[in-house]
Amino acid sequence: MAASETDEARMDRLKLRSTLTALGMLPVLVLLAIGFHLLSGRFLSVNNLSIVMQQASINTVLAAGMTFVILTGGIDLSVGSILAASAMIAVIVSLVPDLGMLGIPAAIAAGLVCGFLNGAIIAWLKLPPFIVTLGSLTAIRGVARLLGKDTTVFNPDLPFDFIGNGTLFGVPWLAVIAIATILASWFILKRTVLGTWIYAVGGNAEAARLTGIKVPLVLLFVYSMSGLLSGLGGAMSAARLYAANGLQLGQAYELDAIAAVILGGTSFVGGVGSIWGTLIGALIIAVLSNGLILVGVSDIWQYIIKGLVIIVAVGLDRYRLKGISRT
Amino acid sequence: MTEATKAPALLEMRDISKTFGASKALSHVSLTVEAGEVHALMGENGAGKSTLMKILSGAYTADPGGSVLIDGQTVTLGDPLRAKAYGIAVIYQELSLAPNLTVAQNMFLGNEPSRFGLADRAEMRRRATPILKQLGIGFDPARRVSELSLGERQMVEIARALTTNARIIVMDEPTTSLTTRETDRLFDVIARLKKEGIAVIYISHRMEEIYQLSDRVSVLRDGAYVGTLDRAGLSANRLVSMMVGRDLSSFYKKEHRQAEGERAAVLCVRDIGDGVRVHDCSFDVRAGEVLGIAGLVGSGRTELARLVYGADRRTSGEVLLNGKPLAIASPSEALDAGIAYLTEDRKALGLFLDMSISDNINIGVITRDAKAGGVLNFAKAKERALGAIKALSIRTAGTQINVGALSGGNQQKALLARLLETRPKAVILDEPTRGVDVGAKSEIYRIIDDLAQNGIAIVVISSDLPEILGIADRVLVMREGHIAGEVTQPIDQEAIMALATGTAGQAA
Repeated sequence: MAASETDEARMDRLKLRSTLTALGMLPVLVLLAIGFHLLSGRFLSVNNLSIVMQQASINTVLAAGMTFVILTGGIDLSVGSILAASAMIAVIVSLVPDLGMLGIPAAIAAGLVCGFLNGAIIAWLKLPPFIVTLGSLTAIRGVARLLGKDTTVFNPDLPFDFIGNGTLFGVPWLAVIAIATILASWFILKRTVLGTWIYAVGGNAEAARLTGIKVPLVLLFVYSMSGLLSGLGGAMSAARLYAANGLQLGQAYELDAIAAVILGGTSFVGGVGSIWGTLIGALIIAVLSNGLILVGVSDIWQYIIKGLVIIVAVGLDRYRLKGISRT
Repeated sequence: MTEATKAPALLEMRDISKTFGASKALSHVSLTVEAGEVHALMGENGAGKSTLMKILSGAYTADPGGSVLIDGQTVTLGDPLRAKAYGIAVIYQELSLAPNLTVAQNMFLGNEPSRFGLADRAEMRRRATPILKQLGIGFDPARRVSELSLGERQMVEIARALTTNARIIVMDEPTTSLTTRETDRLFDVIARLKKEGIAVIYISHRMEEIYQLSDRVSVLRDGAYVGTLDRAGLSANRLVSMMVGRDLSSFYKKEHRQAEGERAAVLCVRDIGDGVRVHDCSFDVRAGEVLGIAGLVGSGRTELARLVYGADRRTSGEVLLNGKPLAIASPSEALDAGIAYLTEDRKALGLFLDMSISDNINIGVITRDAKAGGVLNFAKAKERALGAIKALSIRTAGTQINVGALSGGNQQKALLARLLETRPKAVILDEPTRGVDVGAKSEIYRIIDDLAQNGIAIVVISSDLPEILGIADRVLVMREGHIAGEVTQPIDQEAIMALATGTAGQAA
């Protein structure tokens, strides 16, 4: 009897811990929002929240793709470059008379191709993801510059500009796309066989193989997904700016995406994490950027504060993981 | 009266209790260890061995009321450093060496001899050499630990304990990952330690080691001290009945009967090999038969199983299931065909420790159960998990608990459940009871017997000879990557050992 009681107590504790882990950074997000509101007096206005959502949306889409990758224990450093190349393609295709709307699928397809190549090299040649995507970060940046002959491409009459600046029932289209991406990612991760495989590969790749999971296919999928969502991010970015520049667009976006995933509590070694955490992580980054501007903090200090917040958050993450039994 | 004439024991733990929250992990346990003895500590998993040793090493603080005496003096072991100062050292299962440093650097890690604030490498090497010599270890203190085998690393751990003048060394299942040769060397080192008057507290599940090494054996059960046996009074039956608290007449369950050639061969392996560690191995397993594969560690048993399962690439031979040749190139193809494999290392190669028990049990069949579009079928998964938990009596508070939170025996049963859910026609079980307590062992034997009665062809690889004798219908013995021979009923332990070590050739 005594043993079963303690078992229950232990299980209760585990449940509490897992709830805390799932909640993760939500309290931080809420505190930040309240804090900025108190300091600025206008953070929590409808207008400003709409801006925050818009600012968070592209990073949310990239971070969703990054979540798939990091859950398998990998990393995708090339998302910023893929976004730039895809945005270039989106704008270039949008200039084709009558077929301008094809810019969106073209951007997504371009991202998918890039991601597929990353995945193919990682899955079949078994090269380390960090190195492969570090290489493609540079190479695809070059491709992006090549696409516009190293100039900025414009389309003032962008046929899909509503995505960048319009709203759907009062919600910015960018935010709608981001939320849809999160929901779709959640569905794949938590409701499909593929999602379970992703967690399994990240948790223990060799055990996954011995269980009959086709590990290379899972890896191919996650990098393709990350590429596809980077392509979508490229289309969103083009729609917002009516322009794309292969050199400047998407610089260091991979860092914000990775930061969002890590802030969301996804383990860097794979196997543990959730897409909701990533959404919260992306929102924290957007709230920080927006709030610091509203409060009037200089650009330089914004960098310093954002960096420190990420380090502290990862510190908290480590501390949490230590608490959870991983025998 | 006699106590006055006798020198006090090196270590005496009296009336040690430890409570965690509401549960009592240890209750009034006493243990006396003399200098220069190997004192084995036995008990099922969860009996309290590790807790007792953690109190000794200062990692845990015992409940008030008990006392620890060293050389008859009461001491307080509040923290690991204090315990170390009293000469208590623990060799952990998970080795705690820095692989990129040298042997000597590791030995003095944390108390480097220094000159002018700089680590004095020459002095370190000078001091390391005699200690390594004392242990009969031949390797150079300047070698990097990453170049050493697991067994050699363990030696370095022991050498490290000696640099701090340890007098009581605790070894917790030190041989689980060692080869036979390394185990022999470890035993040799233990003998030398004994000669130096050092006491070794030895925790192991392996009876043979206990026989070979220990001067005395103390048994714990459910956190309480059961008794201590002298070397003279040692017997497997007594030890096991002390550990489980009941007689073990029905420990190995074997109700299935397999007459020679009675049923058709299910799994046939023909001349399989990888060109390196396995050569030209052939065997058949019939429906409802338990085929044991014995052999020394490193004889190629696991490698053979992995070739049959498609986990590694074979360079020759073929695998037939029910007479049909299979083109197995990966585990997923083997599973699809109906061959399942239980790995010998459940944590590294089997379980997903961060995933739930339900996910771990279902992961092999989620594709089969899925709804259209690969959508998970949660109802079915829950049904399977609950069914397996009941059928294999897995002790857990629910299906959504992380499998990492279970005890070793229950983890093993969860992994076994995963295989069985795939409804295999043939299973290969690699060390199915390794690191599992006695109670869970007997349940696993029951499960194997049930499978055999249901007509599944079973291969059991085991280093535990009594286990093979107890459950197998027939035994193949491997040596150096070849099948050295077959032992049929009545299975004789000496015949297996003769084949495994290669001494049978002279008689034949």
